Amino acid sequence: MSERAPPLWLLAELTYRCPLHCVFCYNPVDYAARPQELTTAQWIDVLRQGRQLGAAQLGFSGGEPLMRDDLALLVAEGHRLGYYTNLITSGVGLNEARLVALKEAGLDHIQLSFQDSSREMNDFLSSTKTFGLKLKVAELIKRYDYPMVLNVVLHRYNLDHVERIIEMALAMGVDYLELANTQYYGWGLLNRAQLMPTLAQLRKAESVVEAWRAKVGARLRILFVVPDYFEERPKACMNGWGAVFLAVAADGAALPCHAARTIPDMVFPNVTQSGLRDIWYDSEAFNRFRGDAWMKEPCQSCPEKERDFGGCRCQALALTGAAENADPACAKSPHHVELRAIVRAAHATQGASQPMVFRSDANSRKLSRR
Amino acid sequence: MQTLIERPRLARMFRLQWEPVQQAHVLLYPEGMVKLNLSAAEILLRCDGIHAVAQIVTQLEMAFSTQGLEAEVYAFIVDARERGWLV
Repeated sequence: MSERAPPLWLLAELTYRCPLHCVFCYNPVDYAARPQELTTAQWIDVLRQGRQLGAAQLGFSGGEPLMRDDLALLVAEGHRLGYYTNLITSGVGLNEARLVALKEAGLDHIQLSFQDSSREMNDFLSSTKTFGLKLKVAELIKRYDYPMVLNVVLHRYNLDHVERIIEMALAMGVDYLELANTQYYGWGLLNRAQLMPTLAQLRKAESVVEAWRAKVGARLRILFVVPDYFEERPKACMNGWGAVFLAVAADGAALPCHAARTIPDMVFPNVTQSGLRDIWYDSEAFNRFRGDAWMKEPCQSCPEKERDFGGCRCQALALTGAAENADPACAKSPHHVELRAIVRAAHATQGASQPMVFRSDANSRKLSRR
Repeated sequence: MQTLIERPRLARMFRLQWEPVQQAHVLLYPEGMVKLNLSAAEILLRCDGIHAVAQIVTQLEMAFSTQGLEAEVYAFIVDARERGWLV
């Protein structure tokens, strides 16, 4: 068992409700089966416990956190407790009055998501007419002098627009641009065949990013999250299971990672039944993949296991059938070759107009019954 | 090579605070955190936009009853600026 450090990051997934319908959303596809949400008082209690444990970063996400009317109240409590408060939002529902209320509450930073630099693709991928609205929100965020991160999820349909996305970020005056290639969880996994880019697209986008980094320097910091299906080594997912990250889902389930609920044989503790300290240090769920005793080969004897922790448990489960296996993003995994086959198959079927499944309550209800 | 800032202060998206659980000062910024060692924290705590670098050096030398910190402090401030912590 490795040394147990406190959580540093508390992510409050306030609600699964969302006005957008993004095809790459990482929320669970069966979220509609869990409509219950913690009350304001319960969330405040969670924030206090998290801060006592040592968490310093607090993220408000969802779904769309602005769907909660008590958001400013929760931000104020987070601020009072000494957290650095982050709002992770689509911008839908963020008008001037709410922005002022959040500023007064002490919100430190806003991460605004766009789906693309073009109205057509933004509105198609989110299945909404929100591009113009998001532009207005970006302008408001700057006017109220918030640090702003612009987040754009990348895939086959917008990788070729990276240059225009960077230009859009510069024009908006954002501080960080997060270009995050789709991670295939939740709705993203469901739509994987459609979203999968080609290697040529990726390399081109990478070189565009490199050129712009050299050109703009510190004026705009650009993060490029690589898609691990094209890598040789897995990502150090969550910096290790139960190492720094603690998410609390809308219904109070405590999760070591956003996608953990996809692991079928696990029971996650709920903040309505257990204290956060017990959950973090003593629950079976948070201890299950700590340290390396759970690892199988090739991870167990791998010299890199301290660095990447065998990659992502949820991805290992989704692609190999067992969460204890090495993440097949690793070239040492016997399943790694299958990843290449998935990429090839995706490209082969892309021509055959397989419909995308948008994240919606109706689709989620259908998927919950499966 | 960037020139040294005359009266350095933290960039607006950064916040410096003491974390009792970690027994350390940390620098918080959007979705990230840096745990600071003692000397980094002592320098950054004095970057208030009012005092010049030379004054910060003097303050530190007095606080720690030592001499000759100038080179270390200047190097740190240049590095911190490149990281975007100081403006």
